[in-house]
Amino acid sequence: MSIAGAPILSIVIFLPLLGAVLVAFLNREAVGNARWIALYTTVLTFLVSLALWWHFDTQSSAFQFVEDHAWLGPFRYKMGVDGISVLFVLLTTFLMPLCIVASWQVIETRVKEYMISFLVLETLMIGVFCALDLVLFYLFFEGGLIPMFLIIGVWGGPRRVYASFKFFLYTLLGSVLMLLAMMAMYWHAGTTDIPTLMTTNFPRDMQWWLWLAFFASFAVKLPMWPVHTWLPDAHVEAPTAGSVILAAILLKMGGYGFLRFSLPMFPLASQELAPFVFVLSVVAIIYTSLVALAQEDLKKLIAYSSVAHMGFVTMGIFTFTAQGVDGAIFQMLSHGIVSAALFLCVGVVYDRMHTREIAAYGGLADRMPLYAFAFMVFTLANVGLPGTSGFIGEFLTLLAAFRVNTWVALFAATGMILSAAYALYLYRRIIFGMLEKPSLASIRDLSAREVLVLGPLVVLTILFGFYPAPILDVTATSVKQLVQNYEAAIRTTTALVR
Amino acid sequence: MTLIGSHAALWPEIVVCLGAMALLTYGVFRPESDREAETVGWLAVLVLVLAAALVLQQPEEPQRLFGDAFLADSFGRFMKLLVLAGSALALILAFDEFKADRIMKFEYPVLVLLATAGMMMMVSAGDLIALYLGLELQSLALYVVAAFRRDDVRSSEAGLKYFVLGALSSGMLLYGASLLYGFTGQVSFEAIASVARAATVADNVGITIGLVFLLVGIAFKVSAVPFHMWTPDVYEGAPTPVTAFFSAAPKIAAMALLVRVVLSAFPGIVEQWQQIVVFLAIASMLLGAFAAIGQSNIKRLMAYSSIANIGFALVGLIANSPEGTQGVLIYMAIYLAMTLGAFACIQSMRREIGSVEAIDELSGLAVTHPSMAFVLALMMFSLAGIPPLAGFWAKYFVFLPAIKAGFYTVAVIGVLASVVAAYYYLRIVKIMYFDAPKEKFLPVRVKAGFVMALTAAFVLLYVLFPSPLFEAASVAAGTFRY
Repeated sequence: MSIAGAPILSIVIFLPLLGAVLVAFLNREAVGNARWIALYTTVLTFLVSLALWWHFDTQSSAFQFVEDHAWLGPFRYKMGVDGISVLFVLLTTFLMPLCIVASWQVIETRVKEYMISFLVLETLMIGVFCALDLVLFYLFFEGGLIPMFLIIGVWGGPRRVYASFKFFLYTLLGSVLMLLAMMAMYWHAGTTDIPTLMTTNFPRDMQWWLWLAFFASFAVKLPMWPVHTWLPDAHVEAPTAGSVILAAILLKMGGYGFLRFSLPMFPLASQELAPFVFVLSVVAIIYTSLVALAQEDLKKLIAYSSVAHMGFVTMGIFTFTAQGVDGAIFQMLSHGIVSAALFLCVGVVYDRMHTREIAAYGGLADRMPLYAFAFMVFTLANVGLPGTSGFIGEFLTLLAAFRVNTWVALFAATGMILSAAYALYLYRRIIFGMLEKPSLASIRDLSAREVLVLGPLVVLTILFGFYPAPILDVTATSVKQLVQNYEAAIRTTTALVR
Repeated sequence: MTLIGSHAALWPEIVVCLGAMALLTYGVFRPESDREAETVGWLAVLVLVLAAALVLQQPEEPQRLFGDAFLADSFGRFMKLLVLAGSALALILAFDEFKADRIMKFEYPVLVLLATAGMMMMVSAGDLIALYLGLELQSLALYVVAAFRRDDVRSSEAGLKYFVLGALSSGMLLYGASLLYGFTGQVSFEAIASVARAATVADNVGITIGLVFLLVGIAFKVSAVPFHMWTPDVYEGAPTPVTAFFSAAPKIAAMALLVRVVLSAFPGIVEQWQQIVVFLAIASMLLGAFAAIGQSNIKRLMAYSSIANIGFALVGLIANSPEGTQGVLIYMAIYLAMTLGAFACIQSMRREIGSVEAIDELSGLAVTHPSMAFVLALMMFSLAGIPPLAGFWAKYFVFLPAIKAGFYTVAVIGVLASVVAAYYYLRIVKIMYFDAPKEKFLPVRVKAGFVMALTAAFVLLYVLFPSPLFEAASVAAGTFRY
C-alpha cells in the first residue's frame, strides 16, 4: 500500500541521502549552502513523513505502506511500518531538523562533511525502523556505525578518538553475533522475510541461541547494564547534535529490536529469560541512577540517566503485557524527546562557557529565565512527574511489572526516587542559588535559534504528558497483536509439552 | 583450421603467451626508453583485454583438452576473468610509478604477461602436471618482478626471500604430487578422485600424506597461515605496483587452484581436507587480525590484511557445498576490487622526496586530499566488513554456507577476528579523518585515479546491483560435484 501510488517509505528513507549527495557536490567553502540544503532536506523529509502518520490506519496491526522488490537472490528489498515502528520514523524525522539548526553556528570546521554525515545517518536510521527483511535490517543497523564514528571522531571533544573507537567496536562485536544468528534463521526458515519469520516456529534450543545472539546486539545498543560503558564516553565526547541523535534514536534501535525480533520470533526463550532481563533492568535503573548522582560532568550525568530510563524500557517489554509494551514504546519516544532536549540544554550552556563541569555553573536562573524554564520542564519529564510525557511511560511499565513481578516493580520504583534525586540535585546546582561566579556574569539567555530548537520539545513534552492518546492510539493495535501472538505461541508450546 | 578450431578453449592462453613473446621481441629490438617501455606496457594491457574477450565468448559446456590436463569450464572462466582484470589494472598502476623511479623497463609487462599465462594455466589445470607447470611459470615470473627495483636492497631481499621460500614450497608440492601419483597411479584430478574413493586403508594413508604436502605447497602460494611468512616481507620490499599485482592476481589464481584441487581430486576424503582447511582458515583469520595491529608500514599492514582475507575466503571452501564455493568466488571478486583500490591509494602517497609508506603519513588526508581519503576510507570500511559496502557481502556469502554446514565455531571465530581486524582498519580512517593534516602529497596521477574511481564505484554501489556477480558465481560454483 502506498499513498497515491508513490513509494512513500522509500522517499522518506532516501530523501536525506539525496540531500547528502547534493551537499557533496558543493564547493568546500560554500558552508552556508551546505547548512541550508541540509535543513531543507530534513524539513522536507519530516513533512513527507507526516503523511505517513496522517494515512496510518490505527485499527490495523498489519504492516502498512509495504514495498517489496527483488534484490539479491532470496533477500528482498522490503519496507513497511506498523504501529510499533511508525512513531520511531516520525521521531527521527522530527529531531533531525532540530539537530541541524542546533549545529548551525557551533560547527565551523568541515561543515560540508558534517552535514553529509548527518544526512546519511538519517537515511540509515529511518531504514532500520522500516526494514522488513533481515539482511536489509542488518545493513541499515550496522551501516549507521560509519557516520556516527565519523561524527564523534571528527567534531567531538578531547577524548573523541577513544570514544569513537569504543562505540564502534563495542557495537560491532554485539552485532556480528546477531549476523550469524540471522544466517542460522535463514537456513532454518528458508527466508529472511521478517513478517514470515514472526510466525515461524523455531525449536526451543535454537531459540535460546538465537535470542542470546540478538540480545548481545540489542543489549549493547540499548544499552543495558553491564555492556553500557561505551555510552557515557560516546555521549560526552560527541558534539551536541551527535549526542542528541545517539540518545534519541540510536538507543531506541535496541528496544525496537527486542520488540521486532526477540519477542515475536523467540517467544519461548524470551519467556524463560525474562527473569534475567528483569534483573539486568533493575540493576541498570538503580545502579546507574546512583552513578549519575555522583557525576560532575553534565553530559555524563544525562548519559547515565539514559541508561536508567532504558532499564524501564526493557522491564516493560519483558512483562509481555500490552500495558508493559505500550509503556515501553511510550517511554522510548518520550525519552527520545526529553533526552534530546536535555542534551540540547547542555549544548546551550556549553556553547557559552565551553565547559561541562557542573561546578562551573550556578544561579543561572538569574540571567537565563527562559533557559531555566525549559530546563525545568525537561528535568521534571526526566524524573517522570505526572503532567510530563516521562510519567506515562514509567507509570505504564511499573503497572505492568507490578502485576508480573512485584519485587521488580518495587526496585524499579526506587529508581524513580533516585532519578528525582540526581535530576533535581543537578537542577539546583546549576539553576538555583546565587549567581556568584564572575565567569557567568555576562551569560546570555536563549537566542532565537535556541528557542526555535527547544520550543517544540517543550510543547511536545507537556502535550504528551496530558494527552498521550496520539501515541498510544497508534501503537495500541500492533502491540495488542504482538502480545496475542506471543501468548498464542507460549500456549501452543505448553500444550504440546503436556 | 581444424587444429586451431579444436583448441578454441585454449585461445586466451595462446593469445597471452604469443603476446608475451611478441612483446619481448619488440622490446628487444626497439631502443631503450621510457616511452617504448610504456608502449609495450599498453600493448600488454591490450593483450590481456583481448584474452578476457576471448574468455567471455567461450561456450558454456566444459571442454577438456590434452587428456584432462586442461579444463575450460565456467569456474575457470570466472577466475580467469578476475585474474586478467587484476593483472591489467595492476599493470596500469605500474607505469607512472616505475617511470618516476626510473625503472620502467619493457621486461616488466612481458613478465606480467608470462605470470598471467601461468595463472590462467593454474586455474584451468586438470591434473597434477598441468598444475605444476602453471604454478612454476607464474612463480618464476613473480620472483623476478619482486626484485624489480634492482638498486634497492629491500626489493632484492624481497625477491630472494620469495624465491627461496617459494622454491621450498614448490618442492614440497611436487613431493606431495609424486606421493599422490605413487599411491593412485593417476595424475588427473578426477582419476585420483575415483581411485581414492575405492582405495584401501594403507593407500589412503599415503594419499592423505600426499594431500597434506600438496595443500602445504598451495597454502604457501595463497599465503595461508602458517605458510605466510614470506608475505609481509615481500609485500613491503617489492615496489608498490608489484605488491598491488601480488595481492591481486596470483592470490586469485592460487585460490582457484586450491578450490579445484580440493573439490575435484579429494571429494572422497572430505573430512581430511576439511580439517586442514579449517585450520588454515582459523589461523589465517586470527593472525591476520592480531598481527596487523602493531604495524606502522601500510604495505605490511595490507599484507596481513590479505592473509586475513584469504582466511575468510577459505571459510567458504570449508562448507563443501555449491553455496560455499559461490561464496569463495564472490569473496575473491570483491577482494580484488578492494585490494586494488587500496593499493592505488597507497601508491599515490608520494612527496617530493619520493614514496612514503608509513601509516602516519596519511595524517589528515581528509583535509588535504578529500577524494583520495574518501576512497581509502571506503576500502578500509569495506575490508572491515561494514555494510552496505561490498566487503560486508563478501563476508556474508562465505559465512552463510559455513553456518548451513554446521561450522558454528569457525563462524564465531571468524566474526570475532573480523571485529579485531576492524580496529586497525578504523585506525587508518582515524588517522586520515581525525588527525591534524600533514604536508600534502603530490597530486594523484590519472591512472591511479582511474583505478581508484573504478574500484570505489564497485565497492560502494555493489549493494545496488549485486545480482550479476551472484548469478555468475552460482553458475561457476555448479561446475563441481559435491
